[in-house]
Amino acid sequence: MTTLLEVSDLRKTYGDRVVLADVSLTVDAHDVVCLIGSSGSGKSTLLRCLNLLEDVDDGVIVFDGREISDPRVDRREVRSRMGLVFQAYNLFPHLTVLDNCTLAPRRVHGLSRAEAEERARGLLAQFGLADQAAKHPDRLSGGQQQRAALVRALCTEPRLLLLDEITAALDPELVGEVLAIVRDLAAAGTTMVLATHEMAFARDVATSVCFLEGGRILEHGPPEQIFTDPREERTRQFLRRVLPDGPENP
Amino acid sequence: MTAEGWQPSDRELERRRLRSRERTRSLVIASGAMVVVFAGLTVGIARSPGWPSVHETFFNWEHAKAAFPSILDGFWINVQLFLIAEPLILVLGLAVALARQARSPWLAPVRVLAVVYTDLFRGIPTLLLVILFAFGMPSLGLEGVPNSLFFWSLVALVSSYGAYVAEVFRSGIESVHPSQVASAEALALSRTQTMRYVVVPQAVRRVVPPLLNDFVSLQKDTALVAAVGVFDAVFAAQDYGNFNFNYTPLVVVAIFFVAMTVPLARLTDWLGRRYVQRAFAGAVR
Amino acid sequence: MKRVSLALATPLLLVAVACAPADDSGDDEAADPTPTAADQCEKDNLPLLAPGRLTIATDSPAFPPWFVDDDPTNGEGYESAVAYAVAEQLGFTADEVSWVVVPFNNSYKPGAKNFDFDINQISITPERAKVVDFSDSYYDAAQAVVALKGSAGAEATSLDDLHDLRLGAQTGTTSLTAIREVIAPTEDPLVFQSTNAAKQALENDQVDAILADLPTAFYISAVEIPNSLLVGQFQPDTGEQEQFGMLFEKGSELVPCVNEALTALRDDGTLDQIEQQWLSDVVDVPELQ
Repeated sequence: MTTLLEVSDLRKTYGDRVVLADVSLTVDAHDVVCLIGSSGSGKSTLLRCLNLLEDVDDGVIVFDGREISDPRVDRREVRSRMGLVFQAYNLFPHLTVLDNCTLAPRRVHGLSRAEAEERARGLLAQFGLADQAAKHPDRLSGGQQQRAALVRALCTEPRLLLLDEITAALDPELVGEVLAIVRDLAAAGTTMVLATHEMAFARDVATSVCFLEGGRILEHGPPEQIFTDPREERTRQFLRRVLPDGPENP
Repeated sequence: MTAEGWQPSDRELERRRLRSRERTRSLVIASGAMVVVFAGLTVGIARSPGWPSVHETFFNWEHAKAAFPSILDGFWINVQLFLIAEPLILVLGLAVALARQARSPWLAPVRVLAVVYTDLFRGIPTLLLVILFAFGMPSLGLEGVPNSLFFWSLVALVSSYGAYVAEVFRSGIESVHPSQVASAEALALSRTQTMRYVVVPQAVRRVVPPLLNDFVSLQKDTALVAAVGVFDAVFAAQDYGNFNFNYTPLVVVAIFFVAMTVPLARLTDWLGRRYVQRAFAGAVR
Repeated sequence: MKRVSLALATPLLLVAVACAPADDSGDDEAADPTPTAADQCEKDNLPLLAPGRLTIATDSPAFPPWFVDDDPTNGEGYESAVAYAVAEQLGFTADEVSWVVVPFNNSYKPGAKNFDFDINQISITPERAKVVDFSDSYYDAAQAVVALKGSAGAEATSLDDLHDLRLGAQTGTTSLTAIREVIAPTEDPLVFQSTNAAKQALENDQVDAILADLPTAFYISAVEIPNSLLVGQFQPDTGEQEQFGMLFEKGSELVPCVNEALTALRDDGTLDQIEQQWLSDVVDVPELQ
């Protein structure tokens, strides 16, 4: 298994506030790593650090064999090999869905308009959005918008996909359609790190689960272990709160 | 779609009757109030002691007719002024707003210049700018630079409004949700690309209503050039008035301006409604 | 619209309308029944703004040769001198005369005036006489042309020479009308809000020549713009010479008294003397045909 991403002792502060400390993580190719934890535990910040949207104070991130946490690294180049999807306000409202998806491939990766559109249409069709290609985002339902945002991220053929609680702002009945795509992507071997509240989903799809609290990874391991028999008391407390039946072995 | 065989109940019919009665009553009161107020105002004005004199001085039909041709000619100058000025203002405003967004250290002087320009030209009254430019610039006797009052008044208007429009664009740019910028950066777009493809298109659409508002304001402010002797509609009216001791031409000019700006105000309202809907999509429903 | 607010608004508006301000149109109502002409113009019987004082208006800045040092109270300058002479005739001492600043545009606005009369190189025309009252003429003015030395305007020897030049004059003056009707140049004339603007335009080469009444033009060319010269004078061929009169509120009963004073000053040569003193230099100016 090739290691795609290696994070060692990551530390991040905002002024006096420490938001991430001693964070270490290994992501191999085709892994699906789920980050769970309460709000403010640092999940989003961690994802943004991986994508270099935030500065990393201390610690090392090695991506695809190269250190990317060095301030001298070209961030754009790194980001062009990753995809990041947010909870909301992803799509650009003044462009059609198709234009949203072709923007980065054309302007960053140098594809021609025809090539970019072909790739985009293919992916949109694959995820049931072929009819929405010419529409503007305000015409789509929330679930469709998030699915389109996923497609947009995939159009740049990223090595690593980062998802930041992409179903958290959706109505419950729309969550399923979005998770279905993520499931398919996982099955197809896409390497992903995702922050999520959807525990059932995480249990099914993840290859490993990290529980974050207070900016630290308190516990990590395979989903069977975390969800049925967590080592840490705090993990147990958290799972009791979020899982309808609690962890299987309290 | 009503189900087969459904009939409104008595309760519903009664409510319909009551609501209809209330609507009629509102209408009657509104019409009555309008009649009373407007009749009252008309009578009140017509019976005020100074009315005949005001009628003669401000609403004299003969003078209106006599002054009309030169006012029409002068109005063409106002129209030219705002038609030429507006595109220049938009370009200048956007350029200054973008200059303030520049992050590169090499562009620091440009950024400072943009701030100074905005503060200065929003602070000085437009009338003063028109006078200073139109009288001051030709006095400098610069080589190769046009001398005419029209040119320098135009420059003054563009400079003054450019500063306001720059602030409007800036607020539009800053109102674009930071997640949009984050999304663009996550897609590996450069800062320039982000501004060009993501932020500015959205910002511009959002600020269409205030921009149109400023445009209407500009149309009226073209009248300021009368202060420096450009023979626009206002000055033509003043000149006629000065010679004939009558103010009616000024009322005629006012009517010209209103006729021009009212349609534009309606257009602004319509465009505003249309753009708000699209601009705020992106919030997940 | 809510019913409640309508119901409240209507009576309020009615009240507002009923209280339409009573505009004081300024016509003096109480006049002595049939006074004799002599009595009417007795100083104590004069209808004045401020009893016992004569309030005279002019514009600011007040230009030479009509005023000196922008100070109407010093009695220097043609109009200042005439004003004080008329005041004296009416029985006022110099310190019973007050001056107010009234921009030219304001002198003819309707409603009560804040002066007894306005003296400001105002030409008497029938149109204007419908709106205000004028005294008899206290000066008959010709039109004159000023141009920068060595410019195209300076070469002119006849009115035709001015035809193709860029001309300018102050708004509302008969000079402007003279340009439009007598000279009818190919290019529209530049119109100025004030004499200062006219001088500025000449210096900035925005016009080739400016027109003004002869004394004003003379002063500009002789003193204010040193490198300009007085090209010539002319009378508009409508036949009537331009006449300056003092401006009064319509129906003012001061007018006959002032006219009486002017007649007296003309008869005893005072008016000529004042003209000699302040406007003598303008006699040898070439005529443009």
